[in-house]
Amino acid sequence: MKRAAALVAALAVLAAVVWLVWPSTPEVRGQEQRIAVIDGPENDQRVELDTTYFAPEGGGRAPAVLLAHGFGGSKQSVRAQAVRLAGQGYAVLTWSARGFGRSTGQIALNSPDYEVKDVKQLIDWLAKRPEVRLDAQGDPRVGIAGGSYGGAIALMTAAHDPRVDAIVPMITWNDLSQALFPNGVFKKMWAGLFFSRGGPSVETQGLGALTAAPRPLSAQEARCGRFLPAVCEMYQQAAATGKATPEAIALLRESSPAAVAARIKAPTLLVQGQRDSLFTLAQADANAKAISSAGTPVEVVWFDGGHDGGNGEVDWLDELTLGWFDRHLRENAVTETADRFVITRDGGRDPGTRQRIRLHPGADRYPGLNGTSTAQIQLAGPDQNVVNPPGGSPASISAVPGMGGLLGGAQGNLSLSLDMQGQSALFESAPLAAPLQLTGAPTVTVRVRGEGEVTLFAKLYDVADAATPPTLPAGLVAPVRITIPEGKGSAEATITLPAIDHRFAAGHKVRLALTTTDMGYATPAEPASYVVGLASPVLAVPTVAALEAAPTGPVWWTWALPLAAVAVAALLLATGRRRPAGRGTAHVPGAVGADASVTALGGDASVTALGADASVTALGGDPRVDAEVPLEISGLTKAYRNGDKAVDDLSFRVEKGQVLGLLGPNGAGKTTTMRMMMGLIHPDSGEIRIFGDKVTPGAPVLSRLGSFVEGPGFLPHLSGRDNLTLYWQATGRPAADAHMEEALEIAGLGAALERAVRTYSQGMRQRLAIAQAMLGLPDLLVLDEPTNGLDPPQIREMREVLKRYARDGRTVIVSSHMLAEVEQTCSHVVVMTRGRLLSTGPVSDLLATARHNGHGPRLEDVFLDLIGDKS
Amino acid sequence: MSTAAAGYDARRTLPLRVEIVRQFKRRRTLVMFGLLLALPWILVIAFQFGPQNPNQQNALRLSDLATQSGLNFAAFALSVSASFLLVVAVALFCGDTVASEANWSSLRYLLAAPVPRDRLLRQKLIVALGYSAAAVICLPLMALLAGTLVFGWNDIQVPGTGETIPAFDVLPRFGIVIGYALVSQLVVASVAFLLSTVTDSPLGAVGGAVGLVIVSSILQAVEALGTLREFLPTFWNTAWLDALAPVLDWGGMTKGAAVSVTYAVLLFALAFRRFRSKDVVS
Repeated sequence: MKRAAALVAALAVLAAVVWLVWPSTPEVRGQEQRIAVIDGPENDQRVELDTTYFAPEGGGRAPAVLLAHGFGGSKQSVRAQAVRLAGQGYAVLTWSARGFGRSTGQIALNSPDYEVKDVKQLIDWLAKRPEVRLDAQGDPRVGIAGGSYGGAIALMTAAHDPRVDAIVPMITWNDLSQALFPNGVFKKMWAGLFFSRGGPSVETQGLGALTAAPRPLSAQEARCGRFLPAVCEMYQQAAATGKATPEAIALLRESSPAAVAARIKAPTLLVQGQRDSLFTLAQADANAKAISSAGTPVEVVWFDGGHDGGNGEVDWLDELTLGWFDRHLRENAVTETADRFVITRDGGRDPGTRQRIRLHPGADRYPGLNGTSTAQIQLAGPDQNVVNPPGGSPASISAVPGMGGLLGGAQGNLSLSLDMQGQSALFESAPLAAPLQLTGAPTVTVRVRGEGEVTLFAKLYDVADAATPPTLPAGLVAPVRITIPEGKGSAEATITLPAIDHRFAAGHKVRLALTTTDMGYATPAEPASYVVGLASPVLAVPTVAALEAAPTGPVWWTWALPLAAVAVAALLLATGRRRPAGRGTAHVPGAVGADASVTALGGDASVTALGADASVTALGGDPRVDAEVPLEISGLTKAYRNGDKAVDDLSFRVEKGQVLGLLGPNGAGKTTTMRMMMGLIHPDSGEIRIFGDKVTPGAPVLSRLGSFVEGPGFLPHLSGRDNLTLYWQATGRPAADAHMEEALEIAGLGAALERAVRTYSQGMRQRLAIAQAMLGLPDLLVLDEPTNGLDPPQIREMREVLKRYARDGRTVIVSSHMLAEVEQTCSHVVVMTRGRLLSTGPVSDLLATARHNGHGPRLEDVFLDLIGDKS
Repeated sequence: MSTAAAGYDARRTLPLRVEIVRQFKRRRTLVMFGLLLALPWILVIAFQFGPQNPNQQNALRLSDLATQSGLNFAAFALSVSASFLLVVAVALFCGDTVASEANWSSLRYLLAAPVPRDRLLRQKLIVALGYSAAAVICLPLMALLAGTLVFGWNDIQVPGTGETIPAFDVLPRFGIVIGYALVSQLVVASVAFLLSTVTDSPLGAVGGAVGLVIVSSILQAVEALGTLREFLPTFWNTAWLDALAPVLDWGGMTKGAAVSVTYAVLLFALAFRRFRSKDVVS
């Protein structure tokens, strides 16, 4: 046991040391570099870009990846991802875009005249690096990845530079004018946040921003920060009026992939967030359509994240990005996945951690926002009066930009949405009979009565019941502008609701809400009232059946593990049986025969057999003879764990009707021998036979053995009587065979019999234990120190009991230290020391030998003489 | 010729009835059941203290919903006791059973009676599991009774979403919860039982099993272990919450049951294997 513990401890220490010393992956070092580029419409502006170059792990010429950062960030924002990609064997270049971080120049919103030219020159720079693989002279094998602002530059560069081989644009725009002025309605809150991040204080970040002494700003800096003046003018005009001029639209279009995406030849992985009210799924949809129209491979991913928060799934997106580049930038292309469209869905909670789990079902083609089929949901509701409050306030709330991120994103059930009384028209479906999985942008046709230009915000709620507030999936809202022709008084319009992936549970209702205000958008200040109704009661809900995860059976190990365990358990039990001990070793027992002739004690022989004749006849192999022998021990050996022998080659035999005294000093092996008689200890070799049957643990013949070894063993909470009764019931034998009253008489406990055993004295327990040993009047009774704790009258009584017991043809074996006691009680003795047999024979013979040697007649003297000789 | 004493039959030794009586009269058995049956009432009294929160709309934790109905209360009582109290109870019944006999020295007299070792272990295991099951079952049933009497027989409110499920619909689910709690405690039972056959100290066996549960729960919090954690014996202990979700999800409970049964079968087999070849020296 101790050795095993020490081994475990040593292994644990070794493991800890190995873990500490194990070489960690060497750190990827970035090479800081300022790269000068020339851009501008006239190619006359000199800009210095702050870059970091990460050489690929592993040497050789490797494909390169350009990692672009988001708006307001810098090259530092993508450092961690760059290190990971470099570790995967890519040459990675990160840079702060013009106007950001420590790069010079002004922000031009990914304009082809500015940022795109910069990146082209970064590709030129990469082509000169010795570690970068080239497709042709000056044409490196290169991919671009980035999110938001960085995603747009990936698209723009790929459209303008055919050298780009693969791109992964994430949460980015297709048409910036549509993103900021959806259907002409100004997304004022997001636009404000977006443009403030290009403000004057972006040069220093983090702690530096707090500790750096404020630098006086020039008037232009204070007004426009690091924006190009033209961009600045455009935003200020739009924010002030809430309307975009044609010039503004043109400028934003210039910076958008919309016009040029069809020119992209680089395979594109479009990753868009499901929680994104800035760059919606519709933006990615437009990109996907434009790029794939030219036959370029496109895959679309809708993940749990975006500008409004969500989980972000950073690890999964890294994996996807790496997979995409591995497929399209390396020859040893990894296995092609069939899925062209992958989305993230809520998979409930992990039962172990109670954490939310996300599933990623896929479809083999991107279905667009109309799904692969359409479910028709009937909406109902009367025409309703709604008003636009003066000044557009108070406004309904759908989502607060960035709020989701602050709340940790995982608040699937939390809805911030709030519709103002009198400003919204509601249309509801009946409770759904079956769950409805919406994937895409639903449409509905409405009729509006009123006049002029009507701005409405359409939302689709999931209504569980009256008690639970309705949820607005992803907090998304679709602004629409409906123009009612002069004099007509009403107009019909088909509204496209926000693209989402959402599951309406069975029993839930679908609610369409049309409101006149929304906090995130600029709305007309003029008060107005309209009547809003359904032109058609049908809500067209797109669905994608291919994404429905096939019901997965239980994980393989849930049935494999228990089956394997059962097999191993069966093996454990089958191999666990002990080899029968002492097979093949024949031993000649010394028989303690009544008629044995006395041989001289002492001398050279280690074992003095009394009555060798008897032993010869007894070992003839006649089972009938054996079955008459109460106890026969042959060659019995048992070693302690340390190798010392507790019992060493012990052989003797006990005949019927004898009262045998087992004598020996402490440690002679008496108790160990008795335990082996009871089948408690397995002998190392040799065997014990009781009435001819070999003793094994639980051998049936043990039922003819009554034993009391090394003290009593009772259940302390039960009374003496209950203990004996339950013990007898545990043997499974008929109650009548117990001879309970006779046994109790021997115990002599009187009224104490009904008390709990824990209240007994040592002597009382002793007597009760002897009574228990005598239950059922066993043919062989083995008692270990039976007179311990008894008073003289009880000892005398016990002596008579044992003699009487043997007189009826039964056999008693008693071990004792009280030699006088043995002398008076026993007919025969076996003397042991250090596990070996010293002497066997009738007490009278032993005493006679002693007298013959001139010693006193007492057994004590003989005994001391015997063990004294030998030790 | 019969070598055994008249009337002896190994298949009749240590009848279950005898073992049940032997264990039942023990003070720790009675105290443990007393505690398990009293706990729901203690909780009921505890909930009477403190201001009643009238705004229950957003309170979606199990403890906030406990006073909504008898079923909610029973689920709450189970959730607070499953991670430790029931573990201790199961470890006690299964860890104590053999070790205490060894401690009292009565084990050797049973074995020499003779009760064959496999049979002794089997009978003791059955009785110990029976007592463990009784302990796991009696707590939620008493909590259901106490909760229904005090808080009424209302529909259950689901933690997390606040949805309600009709009480009679959830009653079979409650059976699943108890069934799963039983299966998931098999690991504790098997560890305690194995230790019980190894050591002569009942406290060592019980403490060892409880200690293992604690270590496993600590390891479970280490996210770095990744999917390895799924195979920790305590990882799925709370999976029964899925049975109270609006949509019954068997996934977690299947995995939890598989892990639990796997450990239990192996450890029980080890216990039998060890005990069979053991030298009983106590």
